[in-house]
Amino acid sequence: MEIVYTRGGVIPYPGNSTENKTGSWRVFKPVINYEKCIRCMICWQFCPEPAILKIKDEDVKKNTPAPKEPIKRLPVPEIDYDYCKGCGICYNECPVNAIDFVKEER
Amino acid sequence: MTENYEDMEFFAPGHGMCAGCAAPIIVKWVLKLSGPNTIVVNATGCLEVATTAYPHTSWRIPWLHVAFENSAAAASGVEAALRATGEKANVIVFGGDGGTVDIGLQALSGMVERGHNVLYVLYDNEAYMNTGIQRSSATPWGAWTTTSKVGKANPIGKLRPKKPIARIIAAHNAKYVATANPAIFQDFKKKVQKALSYEGPRFLHVLSSCTTGWRHDPSKTIEILRLAADTGLFPLYEIIDGDIENMRITYHPKKFKPVEEYLKMQGRFRHLLKNPDLVKKLQDDVNAWWEKYGYH
Repeated sequence: MEIVYTRGGVIPYPGNSTENKTGSWRVFKPVINYEKCIRCMICWQFCPEPAILKIKDEDVKKNTPAPKEPIKRLPVPEIDYDYCKGCGICYNECPVNAIDFVKEER
Repeated sequence: MTENYEDMEFFAPGHGMCAGCAAPIIVKWVLKLSGPNTIVVNATGCLEVATTAYPHTSWRIPWLHVAFENSAAAASGVEAALRATGEKANVIVFGGDGGTVDIGLQALSGMVERGHNVLYVLYDNEAYMNTGIQRSSATPWGAWTTTSKVGKANPIGKLRPKKPIARIIAAHNAKYVATANPAIFQDFKKKVQKALSYEGPRFLHVLSSCTTGWRHDPSKTIEILRLAADTGLFPLYEIIDGDIENMRITYHPKKFKPVEEYLKMQGRFRHLLKNPDLVKKLQDDVNAWWEKYGYH
């Protein structure tokens, strides 16, 4: 009898759940209003996915609108819609109500 | 501990945890603070099932899954192996309340008694949420679950209070024991850092809300957890070297909110609000706790 060897349960690389685009779960969608955002990063802190990125790129920092000029020195929160499940924690916790929570349209 | 990994994510998105679940917030921050030199042992539970659906994993660090009851035993082995080979790494266990307070208590007790250098993080969502909201010994008094149903015969829900797991582990003379709440973020972060800085068995009891089991809107997760602290229902304290007499309360709400505020946001407590006597009993229990221990 011939024995056929197959590969076992191999997970090709750590953290490969990023292949699951959980953004498709979303019913409501958080949208950051950068005119109001003070870049306190509370949304980033509490995002359970994590689907809020902390962008430190100097050009992004400078070119993203902000309510006051000095705020442009801070990193920018950016929502990764590939993974955002639309729980709304960021919208609920934002201290300056800079996140709108709108119905997702596909 | 010298390097700062706060801007790195060791817990990848794309996992299957419910929208609005608090457990990934706890996990991502514990990993951000412990850094890449970490081995995680994960008890069976929501966290394990939802983050490692084959052929995917959300863990970017070494991760070991064992059964419900033996995560602390497996972590003891990992730590002993590290000691034998002279390597250094943070060994961290993540377990839910079922896998810690009920089924894994014996293994945890043994791990602490043997003095293994492991940080055990209990994320407590107060029931067996993964299997369908069955009551656990960490379910609070008065909560509805599918096995503590509310009706004419029982208007209360769960009839027994929550097991004081942090004090039980502290009674083993664990190096560091603390209760924490991710909504009280600075306190939570400080406790994780402090726990990581010690050698020996350490235990963190972290409250974690469950949108499906607690029956609340996913966006209210942090708000509800904050109310758990501000009503005094989930006191935040730390106990070092098992010195329960000198337990230190780390978060005193500026002004205590009435427990109704916490109850009315969750479907699992809806029945209590119909009966003011039950709410009063809970408020009296909270007041009694703070009267007894609040001076710490």
